Amino acid sequence: MLKQAIENLGNRTIQGVWRIGFAARFFVAILLHSATAFRRFGLTIREMYFTGVLSLIIILVSGLFVGMVLGLQGYETLQRYGSESALGTLVALSLVRELGPVLAGLLFASRAGSAITAEIGLMKATEQLSAMEMMAIDPIARVVAPRFWAGVISMPLLAALFSALGVFGGYLVGVRLIGVDEGTFWSQMQGAVDFEQDILNGVIKSVVFGVAVTTIALFEGYDAPPTAEGVSGATTRTVVTSSLVVLALDFVLTAFMFRGLN
Amino acid sequence: MQNDNLVEIKDAVFGYGARPVLKGINLTAKRGQVVAIMGSSGCGKTTLLRLIGGQVKPGQGTVRVAGESLGELDRAGLYRLRRKMGMLFQFGALFTDMSVFDNVAFQLREHTDLPEDAIRDLVLMKLHAVGLRGAARLMPAELSGGMARRVALARAIALDPALVMYDEPFAGLDPISLGVTGNLIRRLTDTLGLTSLVVTHDVQESLKIVDYVYFVSEGVIVAEGTADEIRASGLPYVHQFVHGESDGPVPFHYPAPPFVDDLQLGAQRA
Repeated sequence: MLKQAIENLGNRTIQGVWRIGFAARFFVAILLHSATAFRRFGLTIREMYFTGVLSLIIILVSGLFVGMVLGLQGYETLQRYGSESALGTLVALSLVRELGPVLAGLLFASRAGSAITAEIGLMKATEQLSAMEMMAIDPIARVVAPRFWAGVISMPLLAALFSALGVFGGYLVGVRLIGVDEGTFWSQMQGAVDFEQDILNGVIKSVVFGVAVTTIALFEGYDAPPTAEGVSGATTRTVVTSSLVVLALDFVLTAFMFRGLN
Repeated sequence: MQNDNLVEIKDAVFGYGARPVLKGINLTAKRGQVVAIMGSSGCGKTTLLRLIGGQVKPGQGTVRVAGESLGELDRAGLYRLRRKMGMLFQFGALFTDMSVFDNVAFQLREHTDLPEDAIRDLVLMKLHAVGLRGAARLMPAELSGGMARRVALARAIALDPALVMYDEPFAGLDPISLGVTGNLIRRLTDTLGLTSLVVTHDVQESLKIVDYVYFVSEGVIVAEGTADEIRASGLPYVHQFVHGESDGPVPFHYPAPPFVDDLQLGAQRA
């Protein structure tokens, strides 16, 4: 019984390490086969429509509501200390530094990541990838790399739109609904948000999340057992793994980026 | 002088992990022939096709296609050779996000710089050859199983390959589609000068169209010959297969302990 349990544990560990190794080789293979994705940029643009444009609704609506909630909660807390004029700063910094990249990353994983895994997994299960191989066309170059770059390009744009709509949501609630002074709201925000420290770091975060989520989604699809159960399991793993990776990476990146800042 | 054999397999051994699948296969396919590879499910037929397509490499032995040894080719060489091959997968493996026309045009667009007008003409010619020119604008989801396989056949011959491999082309087809597919394989082989390798367990349909047959059982070739030789064969395995008998060298029962022991009748009597 104990021996069996230890064997299972060892087996699972070996499998896990093997998968990490395979994922790393897969990532390198994508980078090495990326020429097609740029030479025939139409392929990448087509995928940007599926991963980026079709994610717009959920990103924009979520961004708006998150900004509105920030406006409400922020005002409620700040007015206790008589600092409601800092509402614009609070909303903007929360969004561009953290909530924009992180929440857009999580939503991107659920909306686009799951779709990518299911599509690649089903292409594998229905032998479409094998058919491509037999036609002397490399599926990594033709199918995987354009999706990868589409995800990496789309993600910062989606995060930026999330933050923009969030700031607008905060403005709607803070200024229009509650009545914070409009000039103070915008000028405080303009004065406090630094392009390099805040915006650029937020963009770097969203690019890193884009690379992580898209790689996980593509890998899970490519590695999925070619059955209905296999594809469904891979899709679930994509959402769970990439969400956890986004949160973990966010902590690490924040620790490096904002260490020692006032 | 050009070698008469397009495909030559010598003593090929292959296994998945510790499980041997092919245990020393010798097979040749002459240019212009339709060659069938038959055998019961799980005997290694599809693995044999994967070996010829270079998707897997033999553990021992050699696989030569058009004079080139697959084991010695690098990836670029293998891809160059694959341009001379077409493969029809069991359920067509059509690209579901593309129309019938785009599926057939796919290889032409990927591998050639032909203008779109020329591609259009070529695609319509290939679709006409399989009787589906009128279905060019349909999506794969709108096709029946038989139609999907004919589209896949048009796609497989798009670049005029020297060798076309068919993985179970008759599985799950109605009698009309069965006859249509069989005739298409024969007609395209003759008119385009192809060599066709058909993996199947549909004896009656394939014996009508093939030039030569190999029987595979448990990873080895157990019989070979022309269609007439196979029909007249006295070998027990071939006889059982051709006549569809439920018991024989391939037993009906999966290996098991004696039935009486399994039902524990002896224990009750005691």
